[in-house]
Amino acid sequence: MAEEKNLLEVSHLKQYFPVSQGFHKVPLKAVDDISFAIKPGETLGLVGESGCGKTTVGRTLLRLYEPTAGKITFDGNVLFDSGEQYDANGELIVDEKGRPVLGKKVNADMLPYRKQMQMVFQDPYSSLNPRMTVEDIIGEPLDTHKLYSSKGERRDRILELMETVGLNAEHAMRYAHEFSGGQRQRIGIARALAVNPKFIVCDEPVSALDVSIQAQVINMFEELQEKLGLAYLFIAHDLLVVHHISDRIAVMYLGHMMEIADADELNDHPMHPYTLSLLSAVPIPDPETARRSKRIVLEGDVPSPLKMPSGCPFRTRCRYATEQCSIARPQLTDRGNGHFVACWNR
Amino acid sequence: MSEENKNILSVQNLHTSFFTDNGEVCAVNGVNFNLEKGKTLGIVGESGSGKSVTAYSVMQILAETGKVTEGKILYNGQNILDWNEKKLQKFRGENVSIIFQDPMTSLNPTFTVGYQMMEAVRLHTNKTKEEARARAIEMLTLVGVNEPEARIKQYPYELSGGMRQRVMIAMSLCCEPDILIADEPTTALDVTIQAQILELMQDLQKKLGMAIIMVTHDLGVIASMCDEILVMYGGRICERGTADEIFYNPCHEYTKGLLRSIPRVDNMNEKLVPIGGTPINMLNMPEGCAFCPRCANALKICLTEKPDEYQVGEDHLASCWMNVKELIESEEA
Repeated sequence: MAEEKNLLEVSHLKQYFPVSQGFHKVPLKAVDDISFAIKPGETLGLVGESGCGKTTVGRTLLRLYEPTAGKITFDGNVLFDSGEQYDANGELIVDEKGRPVLGKKVNADMLPYRKQMQMVFQDPYSSLNPRMTVEDIIGEPLDTHKLYSSKGERRDRILELMETVGLNAEHAMRYAHEFSGGQRQRIGIARALAVNPKFIVCDEPVSALDVSIQAQVINMFEELQEKLGLAYLFIAHDLLVVHHISDRIAVMYLGHMMEIADADELNDHPMHPYTLSLLSAVPIPDPETARRSKRIVLEGDVPSPLKMPSGCPFRTRCRYATEQCSIARPQLTDRGNGHFVACWNR
Repeated sequence: MSEENKNILSVQNLHTSFFTDNGEVCAVNGVNFNLEKGKTLGIVGESGSGKSVTAYSVMQILAETGKVTEGKILYNGQNILDWNEKKLQKFRGENVSIIFQDPMTSLNPTFTVGYQMMEAVRLHTNKTKEEARARAIEMLTLVGVNEPEARIKQYPYELSGGMRQRVMIAMSLCCEPDILIADEPTTALDVTIQAQILELMQDLQKKLGMAIIMVTHDLGVIASMCDEILVMYGGRICERGTADEIFYNPCHEYTKGLLRSIPRVDNMNEKLVPIGGTPINMLNMPEGCAFCPRCANALKICLTEKPDEYQVGEDHLASCWMNVKELIESEEA
């Protein structure tokens, strides 16, 4: 069986932000050396605590931030490549002076690709322009990419999109503030769908919504995926929601990828100590399970990304930490069935 | 009479309204509940269901436009609504205290953590500054803040979200209240920190024996923490019962819908069943059952008459006409 081609490939992606400390600028390593791939029509869930860099990954993929280093390939086209080369073991190839051997650098013009990759933002209140009508909000990507030949065609397309996301066509002339949270999120989704993308980054799209509305939006994401064959990168901190919608789940901690596996596999057989405690911390809406399960409570807080621990970033809160964990950072390694874990002890 | 004494707090037929420019908003419409000593009561509902307003009514910390229009709030048998402000100030903090959702906005950013804690202690006791400081350190140690001597000199912005919430809990427990109201105490926190805080609250309850009113929208938090659960919608209690009864034998259409709409371990590969429509507008409440416009199984009577609470099991009440459907149908026939 031929391996299905990846829609999106990310390798050794790094995103550092300069932060001033006194007179010096130090890099804040928001995302540090992350690699993953997404297949067409697949949902990859991305979970982690706040500040672990999951939103940054999503934004960097769409080049809303300029990546510091790494390579992003979309649908066979290289969008960005900083030129560093890696050997088969994932080690950086360096010359005799220890400098990386640079290959061809690529920094593609994003406009044509934006038609294929879109984003839905977390806060449906601040991601819609309050001075634009719904018709203009959804029509803006059509204008940018010149996707219509007449005014009538533009209007038809907008009404079709509104129908797709379950909005009433009569509401086209209203402003965003006249809608409820769930409806605003639908407007945001219609805007993302306007250009017929293949891939959508969903950045916490349901966290701002009420419980009874969450299910409506989650179902819509699933229906759209079935109908249009979309691939999602679904970023969220609610593990139950992520488990429900995702085919595979990736767990991040302090800018590093800790574990990536099939959604059910990750929930049934988590391997990384961080994933274990994260899963055990989720309050299960079921009294029987809640009584039986034992929370693995993590001590302390997430360290500041400016004072990253040496070696494994999780070792300061890990109960299995050994000396080796402080010396070298574990790489993501395959443990069978596409289950990748970055841990020395598991 | 012994039945009465067990209840430390008893809320009877509480109505709270806000008088806005657009008219009277009835945020709470006839809420009844009793809280026993050392027990945990959970109030769960969506935004706008009146769960927070119920909690604020008990504390008497409603916004200026808000007012309790009807009902009684009995603390150890005394109606606190008859009390004057001076007595209420003593009541808040000494007898009942509250922790809020966002620990950053509920701490004053211009004072050190220690100052704010000592202020609370000195307001309610005759302790000297030194004694108050010792008490603050003692409480911070109790809630698991490391290096409390150093922490009390720090400002809230220097602490992480979890630490701030610990400080809030320490501050609210300074004067050993009988009731702790927690208004979405973990919503702003990460899951791992949420687990720490929930664990801490359960530990403290065992040690200090206070009763907790847990206000939240998270059914997961409610499932593991509470002795009794109230499900609220549109300012009314639609269902009440033990965690097991609510989760395994829901008898109100709203509770049923809510449980169907959240992802759970056993429905991971099935489609979620959302509740249709949008949450109600409190300015224009339906005449009958508040949930009726969104209810798939609504009967004729739901449109016109508010359902009473019906006993559907031991310690389990639900106000839904569906529970007496046969009775209504036979009457109609």
